[in-house]
Amino acid sequence: MASNRSILSRRLVAAFLAPALALVAVFLVFPAFWVLYLGLTDQALTGVKAVMPSFVGFRNFSRAFSDHFFYNALKVSFVFVLGSAWIGQALLGLVLALCLHELKSKWKAVVSGAAVLAWIIPEVVVAYLWIAFLDKDFGLLNQVLAAAGAEKINWLYKHPLLAIIVFNTWRGTAFSLLLFAGALETIPPSYIESAKVMGAGAIRRFFEVILPQIRAILLTDLILITLWTFNVFTPFLLTGGGPSFKSEILPIYIWRTSFKYFKLGYGSGVSTILLLINFMFALLYLLAQRRAKHA
Amino acid sequence: MPKLQRAVLAGFLALVSIWFVLPLLWLFVTPFSGEPSLGLKFTAPTLRNFSELMAAKTALAAFKNSLIISLGSVAVVVVFASLASYALSRSSFYGKQGLLTLLLIFSSVVTGVAAMVPIYALCQKLKLIDSFLGVILVFSAGFLPTAIFILKDFIDRVPAAYEEAALVDGSAGLDLYFRIVLPLMGPGLAVVAVLCFVNIWSNFLVPFVLIRSNAKIPISVAIYQFFNEVGLPRIGLISAYSLLYALPVLVIYLWVSKKFGFGFFGGLKG
Repeated sequence: MASNRSILSRRLVAAFLAPALALVAVFLVFPAFWVLYLGLTDQALTGVKAVMPSFVGFRNFSRAFSDHFFYNALKVSFVFVLGSAWIGQALLGLVLALCLHELKSKWKAVVSGAAVLAWIIPEVVVAYLWIAFLDKDFGLLNQVLAAAGAEKINWLYKHPLLAIIVFNTWRGTAFSLLLFAGALETIPPSYIESAKVMGAGAIRRFFEVILPQIRAILLTDLILITLWTFNVFTPFLLTGGGPSFKSEILPIYIWRTSFKYFKLGYGSGVSTILLLINFMFALLYLLAQRRAKHA
Repeated sequence: MPKLQRAVLAGFLALVSIWFVLPLLWLFVTPFSGEPSLGLKFTAPTLRNFSELMAAKTALAAFKNSLIISLGSVAVVVVFASLASYALSRSSFYGKQGLLTLLLIFSSVVTGVAAMVPIYALCQKLKLIDSFLGVILVFSAGFLPTAIFILKDFIDRVPAAYEEAALVDGSAGLDLYFRIVLPLMGPGLAVVAVLCFVNIWSNFLVPFVLIRSNAKIPISVAIYQFFNEVGLPRIGLISAYSLLYALPVLVIYLWVSKKFGFGFFGGLKG
């Protein structure tokens, strides 16, 4: 557009862009590449190896792939993502959105209000809310269960992985719920009505009418929440990764090696692996977006 | 729909709502309880926990630190992002779309603990460990791509006619930006500022890794320390602290949902 060019000269465009791009380059882009280099060294947080690290080649990576703590973290992370992001947030969000769409009543404000509240309260606060909620002796959950005649359970100790999965489902379902609720609104009611007239039951209506309409949104949602859930650090506040590493997801493992045991080089190697996983999901997201635009 | 089916659905929704609400109750009951514990203890409401909090020096300092970090980052993000997004909106150059895509990829990939490892090493080299400036710069860089994206979208929808008229009047450059562009961007800037503030105010990981001295920790880290070092004996104080800490976010939430409805949050977090 010719008229636009006259508003800002090229030099002004560059000057306006410079501060933001410089900051992003130094504190976002550079670290992403530097971590690749750090991962090839034995950089430490303190001591001699903090000042003069030496080059160790791919030793950090081969060490990661022979460290059973790394495999444990990978496995725990996988179960955590499957349980809390896919089965928890996405499936529960979808079911809730469908129910709310069917009922079309005051329920919508109640359910989404409660879910959004769980989603926006600062992570430190929700973590301690759940520590209180799950406490063995006084926690509300055990009080309710005890009233029903069940035995009291030390949830965070006996079932740490299950506890952080349920917690993270509670924490994050709002996003999927809002996304799906919005997508359902865009389906013309006549589609669903005519399927009803033709005698299609709820399950057939879902698979044949609703699902094809929201497939793109479903894919976007799954990619985003998988990316986020892989990187979430909040479970650290609930269990610290324990007991005996049963809830040590990958981010907690990275924190432990890098910042607790000060092995920044090794931590960088593992971080590189996680950042590459992130990168893969970001590319998937872009592809899905592009396909949705062309579809 | 048959009555029975409706009743089953409503029952399911009621159960899920209860599940969402139960863990939250503690946050609104315990700060006013005379016998605070990890359980729910209803007593005659008291403000004792809050007065205990007011006597805790670290807690008050952390409040100030949180404000410095959040408002500082919001200021950097708003100024830098408004300039950059304006330039991006009112210019055309080769690779513009690619630049935007690249920014978004980096901001979504370089995240969490994995990003904190090289960022920590970088801050160590730049002598930015244990400094507000370091935390502010890291937060700002992380949030700038999102902010630029939102603001550019906003300015794209504002016709350039005002600026062209001002140009005829002889305004140019920064003068044009301050007199014409900033006022036009007002609502967009407000959205970005609110979004940025809520995200940074709530963040735990970045200051947890980058801040070392107790005098400089923000509230998120202070609550973590109170809980892990003092624990149950001060649970009343911790609950009051948590409520006050969550309050700005809750107020913003109420205001936004009243104004735009819940759906708006879909674009707000993440």
